Amino acid sequence: MVTLKDYGEYETAWCPGCGNFALLRAVKLALVKRGLEPHQVLFVAGIGQAAKTPHYLNANVFNGLHGRSIPVATGAKLTNPNLVVIAETGDGCMYGEGGNHFLAAIRRNIDITLIVHNNQVYGLTKGQASPTSDKGFVTKAQPEGVAEAPFNPVAVAVAMDAGFVARGFVGMEEHLINVVIQAIDHRGLSLIDVLQPCVSFNRINTFRWYRDRCKPLPSSYDPYDRETAMRMAEQWGNEIPVGVIYRNKRVEFERHFSILTGGPVVGKGVDRSRFKKVMEAYE
Amino acid sequence: MKSRFVNILIGGEAGQGLQTIGYIFAKSLVRSGFSVHVTQTYESRVRGGHNTFAIRVGMEKVLAPQDGIDLLIALNEETVELHQEELSPAGFIIGNADLKRNGKNWMGVPFKEFGKEIYWNTASMGVVASLLGLDKGIVAKTVRDGLGEERFEENFKVLEASYGWIEGQAYKWEKLPPISNPPQRLLMNGHEAVALGAISAGLKFCAFYPMSPSTSVAQTLIGWAKDMDLIVVQAEDEIAAINLAVGASYAGAPSMVPTSGGGFALMAETVSLTGVSETPVVIVVGQRPGPATGLATRTEQGELWFVLHAGHGEFQRAIFTPGTIEECFHLTRKAFELAEKYQGPMFILTDHFLADSYRDLAAIDVEQLSFIYPGMNPHSVEAPYLRYRITESGVSPRLLPGLSKHLVVADSHEHTENGHLTENLSVRPKMVDKRLRKGNGILSEVIPPEYKGDEKPEILFVSWGSSKGSVDEAAFQMSSQGVKAATLHFSQVWPIIPDQFLHHLEGAEQVMCVESNATGQLAQLIRRETGFFIEKRISRYDGLTMTPRYILRNMKQ
Repeated sequence: MVTLKDYGEYETAWCPGCGNFALLRAVKLALVKRGLEPHQVLFVAGIGQAAKTPHYLNANVFNGLHGRSIPVATGAKLTNPNLVVIAETGDGCMYGEGGNHFLAAIRRNIDITLIVHNNQVYGLTKGQASPTSDKGFVTKAQPEGVAEAPFNPVAVAVAMDAGFVARGFVGMEEHLINVVIQAIDHRGLSLIDVLQPCVSFNRINTFRWYRDRCKPLPSSYDPYDRETAMRMAEQWGNEIPVGVIYRNKRVEFERHFSILTGGPVVGKGVDRSRFKKVMEAYE
Repeated sequence: MKSRFVNILIGGEAGQGLQTIGYIFAKSLVRSGFSVHVTQTYESRVRGGHNTFAIRVGMEKVLAPQDGIDLLIALNEETVELHQEELSPAGFIIGNADLKRNGKNWMGVPFKEFGKEIYWNTASMGVVASLLGLDKGIVAKTVRDGLGEERFEENFKVLEASYGWIEGQAYKWEKLPPISNPPQRLLMNGHEAVALGAISAGLKFCAFYPMSPSTSVAQTLIGWAKDMDLIVVQAEDEIAAINLAVGASYAGAPSMVPTSGGGFALMAETVSLTGVSETPVVIVVGQRPGPATGLATRTEQGELWFVLHAGHGEFQRAIFTPGTIEECFHLTRKAFELAEKYQGPMFILTDHFLADSYRDLAAIDVEQLSFIYPGMNPHSVEAPYLRYRITESGVSPRLLPGLSKHLVVADSHEHTENGHLTENLSVRPKMVDKRLRKGNGILSEVIPPEYKGDEKPEILFVSWGSSKGSVDEAAFQMSSQGVKAATLHFSQVWPIIPDQFLHHLEGAEQVMCVESNATGQLAQLIRRETGFFIEKRISRYDGLTMTPRYILRNMKQ
């Protein structure tokens, strides 16, 4: 039996009250509830305060470069599809620096789970605007307010027909755990955009700000209905719907590689008799 | 009969099938027992332009391309205009009779009598193959293998017609002497050899973003992916490509990324990641003239310094610079072995010329080739498992994630032995030292530069990479004219060990560094590492291939 203890307890480098704590706890609880042991799971992270999360639990970890968690996670998943692969990082890392990989991952529909800490601001570099900052948001680097329209990852993912698209809020633990489990179980790419406060640099989108707005989708909601999903994805302001907004049954990327039907490539050597045949083609 | 070379150049525009027929022709020559050396030039376009496929044919091993043309196959009139000056006095221009040209070197062939225009490439090969005395059966079999059963019949008719036509002509041309029972040899270009060397070493994963001249590495792997259990992914950009390879390698697939200068520039940050995370990756940089887009389809050796220094921070690497097809195969294997053993980035530096250059080589004994088992046996590691355990060799135990209960933690930050990030400054020097100590192992496996020729030479040529053959031939020609000549060739340009070659430099009357770049990058590297200043250089940076004649001509100046 896997317990929360198996996933460890570590001292962090985060500010007291940071939204990361609740997300770290929810992810660990989801893995426990799902019965996954630490060695079965691989976390891939980028750079940022959120990207430090995998260092504060027990699992396999590859903490790579800023913006590049998706390609590393994809390469690992293709090599060993038996691994449960989670790319966990922040909004700047995933949607800014890693934007092209985000689009490519949705197109591929690789069976990995993206958990994005979205606090609408850069924490590690001390308070600049992030791709998801609301227009007009004032920072030291944007003294006249953010001029760019915010990136809506959920709407983009639905528009691109991503396999599994969810929005979560760190103030709703049980709800979030449930979404994480569904995302892990989904075969294909899963995105969970998790709203959370940054207590140091975002004085607008506070815990209370999100709590007052985040409303779970009703149990009658059909995530397979793309038109409604698009409306839910675009909803932002007085009410923000959270939950599994959209899903479909696209075939995952790995299934397009016929050689993977024979098992993972990891551990496979070189078949000399077949290589001999290959070399004969050059005679 | 004296040693004889024949230079055949097929010229035409993109879309006329000159690469297809050039390859079949070269293969027919190899199957007939001759040695070949192919140089291709083309423009950066899919249709039109002017492209060439040059085959230098020899009775003995052909080492290098050479300037000049003996048989010019002109698939269009522009080819005649562009190349007639290069024709040797006894040579021929083989072209469409309708062009109604004159001169003793003009061989007007009534192609339209043989078949439709799309078969004229086959027809011109037939004319020249019969002129050289190649057995029609061998050529026909090669056409069948190359084009497939469906396209064979029509092409065979054209081949028969063109063979028949030349029989009735009175052109003065000496056939090549037939070689009886030639040994089975392979025909392969540089990038095919890189890809096959990689497969034989255990490659299981390749990610790439298309870019000349390196797409051909990935394309060769794609061709064999199902047969050899390979995953090849076309990435959204080069940054993704190398990070895909990093993820695959971390999870246990020997991985490679092929690219060229501009794509490699995008990969530089991740090269540094492979250094600190200690992830094995083989990177193939097929050089072409820069800066930036430069000359996309031409050749140069301009990235030695770039590849040597790419990636921020301090970490170890090795750079191999194959000079032959055999070296493309074996040095790629070596790069994979070192990458796995020393857990970091290893480089293969090729160039456009070598990438596309088909040559014959002896069959490779597949039974003798070992391959890599990534990672260690999880039962053999000391507890607790520490991914970055500090060891005397600097090499830490590498396990693969998910294959045992041990947790494998890899990190781009400075980290503690267990792989978790740290800002503890007393850990930092220990980790830096650990990583750098791997350099001793890499150094112990360096391939020394190859020295050939007179021990006290009047002239010593120094070279690296693809110009090997041309330098060898230039030195050979000088020797046969009574000049004491020697060559010092680097098939590995990093790391280098001065004790292995400095005495050769000091012992020569004159040293000349031959490089396809403008600034003499190897000469500079040698000066930096040894203090020895190579004053005289032969540089070529017009985008064309270094040839023996180019070297000798520039010697005189």
